[in-house]
Amino acid sequence: MRPALHAGRPLKAVHDPSRLRERALAPILEMRGITKTFPGVRALDNVNLTVQQGEIHAICGENGAGKSTLMKVLSGVYPHGSYEGDIVYDGKVQAFRGIRDSEHAGIIIIHQELALVPLLSIAENIFLGNEISRFGVIDWPEAFRRSEKLLAQVGLSEPPTTLIKDMGVGKQQLVEIAKALSKKVRLLILDEPTASLNERDSQALLDLLLAFKAEGMTSIMISHKLNEISRVADSITVLRDGSTVSTLDAKNGVSEDRIIRDMVGRQLDDRYPPRQPNIGEVLFEVKGWNAYHHLNTQRHIVKDVSFNVRKGEIVGIAGLMGAGRTELAMSIFGRSYGRNVSGKAFMHGKPVDVSTITKAIDTGLAYVTEDRKQYGLLLEDDIRQNVSLANLPEIAKSGVIDAERERSVAEDYRNNLRIRSSDIFHKTLNLSGGNQQKVVLSKWLFSDPELLILDEPTRGIDVGAKFEIYSIIERLASEGKGILMISSEMPELLGMCDRIYVMNEGRFVAEMARGEATQESIMRAIIRTAGRSAA
Amino acid sequence: MSTNTMDAPVVKATETRSLDYFKDHLREYGMLVALVAIILFFAVYSAVTGRPTFVSASNLTNLFLQNSYVIIMAIGMLMIIITGHIDLSVGSVVGFIGAVGAVLMVLYDLPVAFAVLVCLCVGAAIGATQGYFVAYLRIPSFIVTLAGMLVFRGLTFMTLGSSSSISPIPPSLRALSTGTIPDLAPVLGLANSTTMIIAVVLTVGFLLFAFRKRSRQNALGTAHEPQSFFFGRVAIVAAAILYMGYLLSTNRGLPNVLILMALLIAIYAFVTSRTTVGRRVYAVGGNEKAAKLSGVKTERIVFLAFVNMGVLAAIAGLVFFARVGSATAKNGTGLELDVIAACFIGGASAYGGVGKVTGAVIGAFIMGALNMGMQSAMQLSIDYQQLVKGLVLLAAVSFDVYNRNKA
Repeated sequence: MRPALHAGRPLKAVHDPSRLRERALAPILEMRGITKTFPGVRALDNVNLTVQQGEIHAICGENGAGKSTLMKVLSGVYPHGSYEGDIVYDGKVQAFRGIRDSEHAGIIIIHQELALVPLLSIAENIFLGNEISRFGVIDWPEAFRRSEKLLAQVGLSEPPTTLIKDMGVGKQQLVEIAKALSKKVRLLILDEPTASLNERDSQALLDLLLAFKAEGMTSIMISHKLNEISRVADSITVLRDGSTVSTLDAKNGVSEDRIIRDMVGRQLDDRYPPRQPNIGEVLFEVKGWNAYHHLNTQRHIVKDVSFNVRKGEIVGIAGLMGAGRTELAMSIFGRSYGRNVSGKAFMHGKPVDVSTITKAIDTGLAYVTEDRKQYGLLLEDDIRQNVSLANLPEIAKSGVIDAERERSVAEDYRNNLRIRSSDIFHKTLNLSGGNQQKVVLSKWLFSDPELLILDEPTRGIDVGAKFEIYSIIERLASEGKGILMISSEMPELLGMCDRIYVMNEGRFVAEMARGEATQESIMRAIIRTAGRSAA
Repeated sequence: MSTNTMDAPVVKATETRSLDYFKDHLREYGMLVALVAIILFFAVYSAVTGRPTFVSASNLTNLFLQNSYVIIMAIGMLMIIITGHIDLSVGSVVGFIGAVGAVLMVLYDLPVAFAVLVCLCVGAAIGATQGYFVAYLRIPSFIVTLAGMLVFRGLTFMTLGSSSSISPIPPSLRALSTGTIPDLAPVLGLANSTTMIIAVVLTVGFLLFAFRKRSRQNALGTAHEPQSFFFGRVAIVAAAILYMGYLLSTNRGLPNVLILMALLIAIYAFVTSRTTVGRRVYAVGGNEKAAKLSGVKTERIVFLAFVNMGVLAAIAGLVFFARVGSATAKNGTGLELDVIAACFIGGASAYGGVGKVTGAVIGAFIMGALNMGMQSAMQLSIDYQQLVKGLVLLAAVSFDVYNRNKA
């Protein structure tokens, strides 16, 4: 696998000699053979990345492809020694021990989730941790003067005393860039910089990047939005499952098919239980569903979504992180997410009220969360108490719990779902991820739902337990329950689902039957619509 | 439990080894051991220094009388703490209810029963108001009840008006706090034979209940407590009931307030461990988000916990008023700290979700025994008492946090 390396030669030459470009300058950054392992996982496997001086370099890849890990290695979040391979920056092998070191060298990362303090002013944020001071006393006039200069560079005219919370997300992003400039940035890394921006702000940001490039700055941009990449990027590196797949020259436009193929082209070798679907009439239907961000009601998170699930059908929702899938599910499940939620829900063709969690449960919905520990389990309590929680009246007579009945219910689920523990009095905190997930599933099965919404049902679960979870899901469907399954793992959706909806940027952008869905067709649906919907 | 993680061979519940069980329940047994150790220490100390014996009938009676209102409130506070909140206002509520009761009973000469009912309703209203702010408006309970602490202290002054203290209290109310049950069957040659008879009946009842539960657990294979622990625990509790009954019966008999306390403890122990409401209280404290997503009306649970606290604080206020014998503006000052400390010493978690009624009661007794021992046996001044109580609280909670982090 390891491509032969020629010193000082850009890697793309190895992959694609026809696109070799002559360059007078040595590359500003070369990451050679980077391998990073976590206990049980190889997050990066011999990754190579070469960034030329003065270019805008895009990095593409699915969720979990290793983009963020690679950037964390580069910025010293994972210090030198915790990974294998070399970082050659500025012609020297670097050994960053932390972010301070990489920032000192002029490498600045702007994360997707902005790292600004909302209640502090622009100037305070720009110089946070880096204050202009003498003997610990801040020189405010100087700080304001420099802030104004930096703000002008990014095209902002706000006074530096403006609080961050009073600015829009787009302008906050620009403040982040101003902050980067204050640190004498030479290599600017942006992680999905336009993910939460509207069309106009996105364009402004991209223009700014091009302006910086004209002044000689180098940028790395992680993005899914192909139209943005083709507009600003000079070259593209595609990662998949922790490895470099290709490095492409984007100067003369990019081939969408090529990028999609590179992003998803993996073998489908996971095992799934056999499925003979027995699909009935429409069970649950949603029409024109909308939800807005719970803090910022300006942000439209779920946009006019309609879908249905039939009896005995497993329906998948594919999409990238941040597409709004969890938000959609939670807003349907008793408005547990979002503000100004609107839309109609139908069960068996009749309109139903799912505006509170209790009503949603009574309607026959169950939502198995993607975050077991935070939203799913009472970790300090045992299996028994977790299983009965969503349906306490069922095991109680006039408010008094029938301990015997509760015990036998928990015992049944432990046996049926094969929860591995010494007994039902085992604290859920001490169970493995797979067994914890089975406890959460037990809880919702005991509430006897008609439609189960499963949000990333196999996240953080080892391969063996995954198959067990798949088998449980398949069994539930064959018993006539409707399953709505959200997953970021495309092979899982393709292996399990009878029908797949593709969600991107808050909208359902495609619907595919079992036969027509492929990794490529799903990714194409996402990429085609990325960044094209004016907010 | 570290040996029992998922892939460990499946062990039958009944075979859980004694040592593991003890480790898991270190905290619960530890509290009982601590209480016994404290009492023994003072007993030995007073014997060695030639002071009157510590474990005496009058001391025991006083221990119950002096701590009754702390224990009554600790039950309510425990539920608040389990939901992850705190109530700092209970000391002031005790003073306020005493003032309201005194005005109704003494100044307006209304029937005691009616006045008591009004007081309980006022307590519920206070709890509902604070609960509304905490549960529905999401104002931190620390702030809401800190405000309540000031507000109700102020209202106590206003209610009492020019009279700095109102007394005397009606005899029927006094009987609640300092009275004992009359001797209906003077047969055993004791000062109060009825008390001894009740103690024997209670002991038999306790033994029957414990063994029935044990045999059911054995039949189902859910008996976790090793046999030796079970017998040891049952024997100690039975002996303690009998001995206390004997001590009390040689003196004035069973205090009325002890009956009230025992009833409340029994009711709340049942509610917290066996009912759906109790289960939801623990769920809210254990993981509010998960509880909410499971259909638990978390706001309502928190609200009800505060209403309940208000009622119990009102009961405690009446008991306190009856015990002190007059309503003054200073009644109940600082009491909230004893109540909160009792809960934490008794094993409630500062993070919510964990705690037991019996634990809070034992915690209150530990504090009470410390108070009494330092005061009567060692004759230490108030400053030492505060110091020691503070250190005991810190040690108990540190121990909890340490245990938690280890697991």
